[in-house]
Amino acid sequence: MSTKQYLFSGFGGQGILFAGKFIAYKGLIEDKQVSWLPSYGPEMRGGTASCSVIVSDEPVGSPIVTYPDVLVAMNLPSLDRFESKVAPGGVIFLDSSLIEREVTRTDVTVHRIPATKLAGENGFPTLANMIIVGKILKELGEYNDEGLKAALAKVISAKHADMMEVNRKAIDLGASL
Amino acid sequence: MADKVLMKGNEAIAEAAIKAGCRHYFGYPITPQTEVAAYMAKRMPKIGGTFLQAESEIAAINMVYGVASAGLRVMTSSSSPGISLKGEGISYLAGADLPALVVNVQRGGPGLGGIQPSQSDYFQSTRGGGHGDYHMIVLAPSSVQEMAEMTVKGFELADKYRMTAMVLADGTMGQMMEPVDLNFEVAPAPEKPWATTGTEMKRKHNIVNSLSLVPEELEKLNIARFERYELVKRNETMYEEYMMDDADIAIAAFGIAARVSKNAVNEARKRGIKAGLIRPITLWPFPDAPFKKAATHVKQFISVELNMGQMIEDVRLASECKVPVTLCNRVGGMIPSPEQVLDAIVKASK
Repeated sequence: MSTKQYLFSGFGGQGILFAGKFIAYKGLIEDKQVSWLPSYGPEMRGGTASCSVIVSDEPVGSPIVTYPDVLVAMNLPSLDRFESKVAPGGVIFLDSSLIEREVTRTDVTVHRIPATKLAGENGFPTLANMIIVGKILKELGEYNDEGLKAALAKVISAKHADMMEVNRKAIDLGASL
Repeated sequence: MADKVLMKGNEAIAEAAIKAGCRHYFGYPITPQTEVAAYMAKRMPKIGGTFLQAESEIAAINMVYGVASAGLRVMTSSSSPGISLKGEGISYLAGADLPALVVNVQRGGPGLGGIQPSQSDYFQSTRGGGHGDYHMIVLAPSSVQEMAEMTVKGFELADKYRMTAMVLADGTMGQMMEPVDLNFEVAPAPEKPWATTGTEMKRKHNIVNSLSLVPEELEKLNIARFERYELVKRNETMYEEYMMDDADIAIAAFGIAARVSKNAVNEARKRGIKAGLIRPITLWPFPDAPFKKAATHVKQFISVELNMGQMIEDVRLASECKVPVTLCNRVGGMIPSPEQVLDAIVKASK
């Protein structure tokens, strides 16, 4: 059996919850058991946001991710807070446009992605989150056209259908890194 | 599986209520249950229902009383401090034998407390909450799917026994998203010949009231009500047992605490410790039977709760104190980790 525990973290407004939702939906579409739990405290209003996502072959027990296999840190406070919690052998994806310092852990794999910078340069400044998602999918061997399309269709409401293509572009950019 | 949708627990409650035929919702916003009201505000106008944000929790519960008197399925939802405000109205619903659904997505208290998850309204919910001799049927879901199913069950039981049913969740259950399958059948609401629907000059008028000034009469009403409660106890108690057959140590936990505990039980089993879990699904009526049975073969119960130890009293009563019952808890919006529960199991096993 396999269980993957994700923790997405960053500023409110960076699309942290959305990125988590995408990963959860992709798991659901691929017949996995999934859970998604957001932080819902006052920190949502402009401060730090985080969400726990679990994708598993087994029913999900506790939905709270304390020791993530995969940490996404999109700002420095998030890396400071969660770096020590990453499970040994885990993977950290960080936005190197916003985080200058190196990861001090030596028992984890680190991917530094200048996501915010790339998003700005490519004309979709609000989609740094999806660039990182693309990189995650590639590194974890989860990138597949069909699952991607279906998950995007689930997380992007019909009202915003015009955002589909640009989200896909951001993911593909991340996957090409 | 692919046709399943991800929904927040709060949204699943709202959609399930609509599915159960509830067309009247009265509420007042409070974190972490506001999505119930928000969902109802969007959906009710589209299906000919009524969403009304009342001027206060007290007003909302009294609107519930009104619709319930007319025999229609009706609900309100809130979080801990708001439920205290509704306490008076809930007592009146009980006194008038009216069916209704109340949802409590608990947060840390007492007082205004915090907004993070808690289970500290266990006493309030299972002992009645308001004044007078009465009970609510208290349902404790531990997944988003169960949030939906318990909502429907709550309406059904409320109608069947003319009682208020409460779905007792917490901030985690309300906020988390999980796959939900809402393609289940809901039986239509039963006839309610007692409802105040207008006589059309064809029958004697019905009276819905909680006032009874003749003590001999009020005594009879109370006793009859508790005879009904006995039926509920006999017929409607629900629980889940997990790895209990050969268990040496039994966890008692409901809602989010039960999910955390399941992880701990699995880990304990990997280490060769025979741990199990009893998860009450109805908190009132409390499932005495599995605890009584377990007391014959476990050497300790551990009550895992997000409060200072409330359900632990029912575990002691149900197991008749035959083996020690200890507490493993976090409070104030904190949630026990599986590691904390595992530590308690390991300690108990020594």
